[in-house]
Amino acid sequence: MANILHIVVCAGIVPDPLQTLEPVTTPAGPGLKNEMVLPAVLDPWAASALYEAAALAAKNPGSKLWLVSLGPKAKLQQVMMTVAQKVAFELVPIDGPIGGFPDAHSTAAVLAETIAALPGLDHEKLLLFGGWESATRGAGVTLQLVGERLGITDQFQGVDQITFSDDGSFEVLERVEGGKHQVSVCAGAPAVLGWATGNLAEPRNNPQVGMANMRTIMPALAKAKVAKLDANGLSYLSVSLPKQQRTTRVVKDMTPDQIAAELVEWIGAE
Amino acid sequence: MESILVLTHADDTGSALSKASLEAVTAGIDLAARLSALLTIGIIAADAATAASSLPSSGARLLAVSGEAFAQARYASDAAAAEALCRAASATIVLAPGSSRFTRIMAGVAHRLSGFIDTHITGLSGTENVEASRWFYRQRIEAVLSRSARPWFLLLDAGTHAAFADEAGTAQVETITVELPALRTTVSGFRAPTLGAQTIRPDAKLLFVAGAGWTKKQPDGQAHVAEAGDLILGFLHATSASLGSSKSLVDQGGEGNSVLPFLTHLNQIGQTGATPRHAKGLSTCCHGEEPHVVGWRFIGSRRAISLDPNCGWTRGKADVVYVADAFPVMAKLNALLEAAKT
Ligand SMILES: Cc1cc2nc3c(=O)[nH]c(=O)nc-3n(C[C@H](O)[C@H](O)[C@H](O)COP(=O)(O)OP(=O)(O)OC[C@H]3O[C@@H](n4cnc5c(N)ncnc54)[C@H](O)[C@@H]3O)c2cc1C
Repeated sequence: MANILHIVVCAGIVPDPLQTLEPVTTPAGPGLKNEMVLPAVLDPWAASALYEAAALAAKNPGSKLWLVSLGPKAKLQQVMMTVAQKVAFELVPIDGPIGGFPDAHSTAAVLAETIAALPGLDHEKLLLFGGWESATRGAGVTLQLVGERLGITDQFQGVDQITFSDDGSFEVLERVEGGKHQVSVCAGAPAVLGWATGNLAEPRNNPQVGMANMRTIMPALAKAKVAKLDANGLSYLSVSLPKQQRTTRVVKDMTPDQIAAELVEWIGAE
Repeated sequence: MESILVLTHADDTGSALSKASLEAVTAGIDLAARLSALLTIGIIAADAATAASSLPSSGARLLAVSGEAFAQARYASDAAAAEALCRAASATIVLAPGSSRFTRIMAGVAHRLSGFIDTHITGLSGTENVEASRWFYRQRIEAVLSRSARPWFLLLDAGTHAAFADEAGTAQVETITVELPALRTTVSGFRAPTLGAQTIRPDAKLLFVAGAGWTKKQPDGQAHVAEAGDLILGFLHATSASLGSSKSLVDQGGEGNSVLPFLTHLNQIGQTGATPRHAKGLSTCCHGEEPHVVGWRFIGSRRAISLDPNCGWTRGKADVVYVADAFPVMAKLNALLEAAKT
């Protein structure tokens, strides 16, 4: 029997990890040099959550999938050109600041308010998905805060797998220390799941899905609400790149025996 | 005056504090001394009284939540326990280990207390104010931050403080009762993602990273995947190193399964993987691209073996790069290590 699920995925946009990042000071606090022109991607762990959500929705006919994303409207539009081709969803954009330095509590407040007001969302069917950490702030707190604000006290982080039963309960695997998963069974929605990598490969681009998505994405972007985020007493004393550039010794002329001997010594040294 | 609460939890035995918790205790004692602040330690455990026996001379007030419901890590029960401890302590600053158990709940707890949280703290400084260091953009930019709002929750990264060590003894503990909400989640235990020996060892001195080169065609035109697996496992056996991997290698099998059966995404180091802490790291058959190397931020001494003299490691990312074929080097290295053992 299918479980009808209302899955809301929270996903931000982040600079492509291959880009060089340089911190700068802006009137609004710390930021990145050329932040608005750096190529951006959907936050990778949140992207895993999106793909898992789409697979789950497909397995459970009648389910719905929303993608809630806070970022500068123009950047969101750029990233959606690619993301929209992957899986079907309804975009709920919020026009707000980019990057890792704004306070997570403010971001969570805006996200929770937006989700609570989604037309047609049934709280009892709600699975709140996202990445367990972002690639910008990397704090792992936003989703949890949204969950608390929505009154959800079944929360899981570092999720790699969920398996539903016919009665609506699900087994969940969460990453814990030492390369293991903690196994839990939750009675069912509502729940918060912060995803790690999951088990699904990135879906291929499907232009038909892209076209169908874009029909609703463009109007949604046009009327995206604008969010201003409070600092909540957070101040930055310094923001800098790491200093340590190592002086690399590149060894080209040693035999395997010589290298092995040198490594044995290095491994044994304190 | 600040009042500091250190939240701790038991390890898998249920009756001893986890190492990361004892590290947070050290951080709390240091910070309380620096700020001349009151110090309270809160314990969440199945058997908190026994767990408290490692803290007889911490000098702190001890509060505990105890009972079977707290034997396992679960959001609803743990958040209720931490909330009760925070209310009892009325702390302005809450320090806690950034363990999987506490990272699951602590932002929610901060919200319940109308407080604020910062996580992955790698250092605490300042005498007048608390200044906390943490990394942004997956360990690429370091910031020092402060907050004027209270209560302020700070989750500390493991390995950033020495574990508090005390003579075992009896400690005076105040028990705090917790109203548990209806529990809808049951924790059934742990599952290792691969069969065979555990390869991720957070406490190991050495990290060994395997890259995609191990499974690629070698100069003889063939791939030698089985041999690669034997060499990697042989090295882990000889050194008890922790095994890391590049993304390209774990992705190769598709749908979460690696071509080397003992590797999973949990071994992955980097941007979308782990950032472990080890004194040394040895990379093999891995190119050392930035999205991988960001996961090496907390690795001390770094060496790499790569066929490519222009690989990323040579550009200031490793201390030594051996431009060589890893197959014969690792075979010889394993032989030397095994010989040294006997
Ligand atoms: C959004 C995003 C997130 C990412 N996250 C991560 C991440 O978390 N972790 C990660 O690792 N990557 C990540 N990447 C991928 C990263 O950019 C690289 O593609 C990846 O790290 C390359 O893996 P590799 O070095 O093992 O493989 P390759 O680039 O294929 O390099 C293999 C190396 O092995 C060498 N080699 C081959 N045979 C031998 C031999 N016999 N002896 C010695 N050397 C040999 C080759 O010369 C080569 O240098 C991410 C990328 C993106 C876009």
